[in-house]
Amino acid sequence: MSSQTQTPTEMPRLGADTAIQIRKMNKWYGNFHVLRDIDLNVAVGERIVIAGPSGSGKSTLIRCINRLEEHQSGQIIVDDIELTNDIKDIDKVRSEVGMVFQHFNLFPHLTVLENCTLAPIWVRKMPKAQAEETAMRFLEKVRIPEQAQKYPGQLSGGQQQRVAIARSLCMEPRIMLFDEPTSALDPEMIKEVLDTMIELADTGMTMLVVTHEMGFAQAVADRVIFMDQGQIVEQNTPTEFFNNPQSDRTKLFLSQILGH
Amino acid sequence: MSTQTLSPAYVRSDMLPAAAPPHRQEGAISWLRDNLFSGWFNSLLTLLGLAIIWSLVSHFWPWFAHSVWNANSLAECRQIIAEKWGDGANGACFAVIRVRWHQYIFGFYPRAEYWRPILTMGLLFVAIAPVLFSVNASIRRWVLAGAGLLCMVLLAVTASPDWSVVLVWLLFAAALLLAEYAPGRLLIVTVFYPVLAVWLLWGGSPWYPFMLLMGFAVGYGVSALVPRGMSAATGIVVTVLWWVFRAAPVAGLVTQILPLSLPAIQSSVFGGFLLSVVIGVSAIALSLPLGILLALARQSNMFIIYSLAVVFIEFIRGVPLITLLFVALVLLKYFLPPGTNFDLILRVIIMVTLFAAAYMAEVIRGGLAALPRGQYEAADSLGLNYWQAQRLIILPQALKISIPGIVGTFIGVFKDTTLVGLINLYDPLKGISDVVRSEFAWKGIYWEPFIFTGTIFFVICFSMSRYSMYLERRLSREHR
Ligand SMILES: Nc1ncnc2c1ncn2[C@@H]1O[C@H](COP(=O)(O)OP(=O)(O)O)[C@@H](O)[C@H]1O
Ligand SMILES: [Mg+2]
Repeated sequence: MSSQTQTPTEMPRLGADTAIQIRKMNKWYGNFHVLRDIDLNVAVGERIVIAGPSGSGKSTLIRCINRLEEHQSGQIIVDDIELTNDIKDIDKVRSEVGMVFQHFNLFPHLTVLENCTLAPIWVRKMPKAQAEETAMRFLEKVRIPEQAQKYPGQLSGGQQQRVAIARSLCMEPRIMLFDEPTSALDPEMIKEVLDTMIELADTGMTMLVVTHEMGFAQAVADRVIFMDQGQIVEQNTPTEFFNNPQSDRTKLFLSQILGH
Repeated sequence: MSTQTLSPAYVRSDMLPAAAPPHRQEGAISWLRDNLFSGWFNSLLTLLGLAIIWSLVSHFWPWFAHSVWNANSLAECRQIIAEKWGDGANGACFAVIRVRWHQYIFGFYPRAEYWRPILTMGLLFVAIAPVLFSVNASIRRWVLAGAGLLCMVLLAVTASPDWSVVLVWLLFAAALLLAEYAPGRLLIVTVFYPVLAVWLLWGGSPWYPFMLLMGFAVGYGVSALVPRGMSAATGIVVTVLWWVFRAAPVAGLVTQILPLSLPAIQSSVFGGFLLSVVIGVSAIALSLPLGILLALARQSNMFIIYSLAVVFIEFIRGVPLITLLFVALVLLKYFLPPGTNFDLILRVIIMVTLFAAAYMAEVIRGGLAALPRGQYEAADSLGLNYWQAQRLIILPQALKISIPGIVGTFIGVFKDTTLVGLINLYDPLKGISDVVRSEFAWKGIYWEPFIFTGTIFFVICFSMSRYSMYLERRLSREHR
């Protein structure tokens, strides 16, 4: 399985403009082969939207990038660090990679401000005052500084997701991963979250976004990746992807989500 | 103003007054109808309930009403009752409590030294106040004032020396002032309380328990000098080395320079509630951290740690506490090097702690399991390491969920301390009562001591239960 993982000659050195490199990566859940031979290079500042039917392995793929899931063969190199079992490397990668979840996963026992300052204080060893200042700056960016003293349970879904984005940004990550950030939201709240993400994209952040919001893909993505049954079936610029899909599976998928 | 002139005629210019809310059904009659007599079946149940209560009260009331408080023996009690209420009348003989209550509280602790356990109990409240009542200043104030008052009353009724009263006065005045202006500083009392308690209760030089506590400080200090990764192991090793080789000589030296010794008291004189509280509080305080570690170990991915935790928890839960107590009494001697005199109360505390920790671990595991996976993932994705994630994210939430179970275990442990009566220690329920009954004057007395000890147990356990409800309410208000 892991025979081809790495040869001594292959040093994990990426060019200055490569943020993530995934080579021949495979993952199984038990006997179930979720990800098959994934090859993917993400340039610094690139915005990638990952689409595909449910169960195709999109979440698993981006969760492998910050090691919430472990891959069994192939290589994943993030920011010049190869993900292996080394806990120190994993923690380093995690502090460079922010992640936003479908269900926000805010810490309900901490205020919004404490949610945002926790990791900078404990992981980055930032003084509390400075962490709070940073947190307020990002809360202003996501336009909810006035909610800083509230608990997450007192906010709407859209507000919670924006806090979650701010919480990740407070670690000043170089890469942001989004796993269906709007699919748990009521329709009227989707826009406020997407707007926040578009603004983030404008700052030049490297972003990998799993989403079915095709408007967002068209507006900000440099590349759309289509996954099915654990494989990357097709990747292209948004315009080409939507107007000129190559494979039948892509066509079927697009007809299903855009068709009506 | 101008809008009014412009409004069409069919628009109301002033609002109707608010209508009164529907007439509420109030008053005792309607409450009775709603709650006790809302149908023929409920009325029947109500009447049945009243009949049962009446038969109980009418049975026991005369016994209480005829109670005698001033007598020197059971026979004298019976005589007084017969004289007053006629032959065959039943009455309680609470005189036994009046004469022997101090034994139920202090066991055979020397009378002249009663101020020491009293002060220890009072300081217990000072030590727990900054932890348990960290938020609400007014509750903290009342708890401290109440504890101080209780100390005064106990000192007065035990005819303790005047200077001990002054000492308690000063200590509680200082504690109240600290609690008011710098509640964080009270934590110093919390840290040194174990040393203080051991010194006050058992006497001797305070420096021996102090140097044991210092072991942690020394271990921590050395571990800070060692590079990370090795620091935890080094700290533990240094602490143990200090305990084994340095604590006693250093303590001996300091004792020579600064002898603060109190008259030494043997463990064998401990009894009554003093014994129960010493065992109960120690086991409660130690079993919580141990239970947390066991619960985390049982969730571990590391096979050895996981298996050890499972085997330990299942073994302890599969064995009755009384078995463990017999082990403490008899078997532990065989495992210890011959000649070591390992205090029996300490052995019992260890066993009760292990017992409580196994249950605690399962209660906390339930709380851990109730947390959504997303909390772990969010903590991981922010780069928090295992212990940070547990301490800052997982445990605060898991413990909050487990509060009722945790406090339930505490209450159970405290009541279980009466089982030490079966290994010949003087617990307040059986041990002391046997002693009292073995005296000719009180031979045959039965219910009265049970009512007395039962009341004290109830007060303590009910307070714990109320505290848990207060804590739950406070935390749910905080987190919404
Ligand atoms: N922890 C797991 N154990 C076993 N199977 C899983 C696990 N997580 C996901 N799967 C399976 O892996 C496949 C891919 O899941 P996922 O990456 O969540 O898909 P997507 O995000 O594209 O909907 C699905 O078939 C899912 O059932
Ligand atoms: Mg998914």
